[in-house]
Amino acid sequence: MATTVVSPVSADGRTRPAVPGARLPKAKQRRRKKTPTDWLILAAAVLFGVVVALPFLLILVNSFKSPEDYTQGGPLSLPTSLYFDGLVNFWNRVEFPAKLWNSFVIAGLVSLFAVVISVLNAYALGIGRVRGRTWIIVLFLLANMLPQEALLYPLYFMFKQVGLYDNIWAVIIIFTVIQSAFGTYLLSSVYGTFPKEVLEAASLDGASRWQILWRVIVPISRPTLSVLAIFFFIWTWNEFLIPLTFLVSNANQTVPVAITALQGDRLMDVTTTSASALLGLIPTLVFFLIFQRTLTRGITAGAVK
Amino acid sequence: MTSLDTKEARSAREGRRASSAPSGPARPGGAGRAARPSRPAEESLLPGAGRRGFWLYLIPGFVLFTVIVLVPLIWNVYLSFTDYRGIRPPTWAGLDNWRELMGDERFWTSFLNSVFLIIAMVVVPTLLGLLLAAMLFDLIGRKFGGRLASFLRATYYLPQILPVAIAAIVIGWILRPENGALNTVLDAVGLGALQHNWLGSPDTALLSIMVVMVWVQLGYPVVIFMAALQRVDPELYEAAELDGAGWFQRFRAITVSIIRPEIFVVVLTCTIAALKVFGPIYALTRGGPGDSTIVPSYYAYSEFFQSQQVGYGATIATALTLVIVVITVFFIQAQTRAERAERDR
Repeated sequence: MATTVVSPVSADGRTRPAVPGARLPKAKQRRRKKTPTDWLILAAAVLFGVVVALPFLLILVNSFKSPEDYTQGGPLSLPTSLYFDGLVNFWNRVEFPAKLWNSFVIAGLVSLFAVVISVLNAYALGIGRVRGRTWIIVLFLLANMLPQEALLYPLYFMFKQVGLYDNIWAVIIIFTVIQSAFGTYLLSSVYGTFPKEVLEAASLDGASRWQILWRVIVPISRPTLSVLAIFFFIWTWNEFLIPLTFLVSNANQTVPVAITALQGDRLMDVTTTSASALLGLIPTLVFFLIFQRTLTRGITAGAVK
Repeated sequence: MTSLDTKEARSAREGRRASSAPSGPARPGGAGRAARPSRPAEESLLPGAGRRGFWLYLIPGFVLFTVIVLVPLIWNVYLSFTDYRGIRPPTWAGLDNWRELMGDERFWTSFLNSVFLIIAMVVVPTLLGLLLAAMLFDLIGRKFGGRLASFLRATYYLPQILPVAIAAIVIGWILRPENGALNTVLDAVGLGALQHNWLGSPDTALLSIMVVMVWVQLGYPVVIFMAALQRVDPELYEAAELDGAGWFQRFRAITVSIIRPEIFVVVLTCTIAALKVFGPIYALTRGGPGDSTIVPSYYAYSEFFQSQQVGYGATIATALTLVIVVITVFFIQAQTRAERAERDR
């Protein structure tokens, strides 16, 4: 893999002598012109993109083949006829709609609650600037770095005691805290630069602190909050260890856990396994397409994760 | 007074750095656009009542944080000093677990495997990501149009959005032993001799997991670095080009030095992520064959829930936490030092 990308660089390095001190207008002209090296680099970048996308394409093509079709045509051929049994069988076996619903409820509620908690924390830390806020933010950030294993057993024990083991609320509560720790960190620094004139005007109008938060600050920072909510949703959807540990019964499982649980099952022939992977990746692909613009804008904000 | 001032100025500077390093130029939303001169930390931004009473807003978050993070964390450290099998109450065992851990070959293997995962998730993606981001931004974006560059960037990023266990299943499907895509293709092109049980044999299992992780991880540095490159003044490139600097020279002297903060962030976050890998191991190999793909988090998990050696599992988890904290502190110090050196120059 590495060679495909490294080679164009050295190839381009070789063209160096061809760039001797050109004058400005000439340089501008030259920038528009595409040298063979440029095309070579483009080809390498596209080829690399194909390599990255290839697993997706293989899964897509092979999920619609019968096992016989697969044996005869191999993995690279297009299906001779569309075969939905693998998908349908797996869909029914894992009760896919129920798993989708579980994942959706968990991720949706987590992103809602975590945004609310982040807003409250960031109001006190970023705008209220309470004493010792730097340490409080460091503490919250710590929660994001910790390996979840370090919390796993005590949480398992605690939730068993209070009767929330094998209940989606256990996972919702845990991820609300973990995601809001990151949200607090990010939002505190955003609120720390909140335009002061706006706050002054609101307080001159006699608005209380509580009103200022919900009527002024939250509406103004809505774009940031929606990016946070989308990220919380996707991160929670993709989580694995804690849902695996806490949601043991079939009825409560999330999409990634349910699909992983059936891998290696005797009944999983080659194209059904492919179909299972397809079902696992479709929801996130759909989110990606829906939120693509927001995500690429926000990924840099999520850099810490 | 003066000492107070400098302290505040420093903390304000640090605050700004902390927020600008990860969020970079493309911070979402419009709320934080109006950067204001830093004011004394003693006041709240709201005029009037001062900052008393604001701590009320911290209560829900703080209670939850204490119950879900702080208490379990401390409890877990405590469990590492006990003998606990999950049924009868834990009994104090002093340093027994820790002594056992130091001599536990499996534990050291798991960390060695983590080093390989760091290669797959940090070293390779960061280096490749730098090259790809610079290629997309500097060459393809300028000469073939920004849309093509962002399309390619989205393609590289695609595996990042998958649940990592699902990503592992996708690659695992290709590597299936009897009729997997890779083996079938190898056979078809006459390289049948290279067919292999990729995930099932000790010599290639870890390598296969590494391939999964490179595939998953690559898009992240590309996207971060490309966003960081927006900061680079194009005239700088033009000037360097006029001076006869080749692509690689420009890459090293301009690109890498300007986006150094992002490189730090990517290396740190990816290192932490590499130490925490669990999903792909669980989905594909369960640490096997033998111990060839065991990692600390999977080892801890299996001690908790399979061997019922909770005390020992807690010890592994605590050790992993310590390693992560030490690495983080080390990185942040190195970054601060590098930034100071940059300023002093």
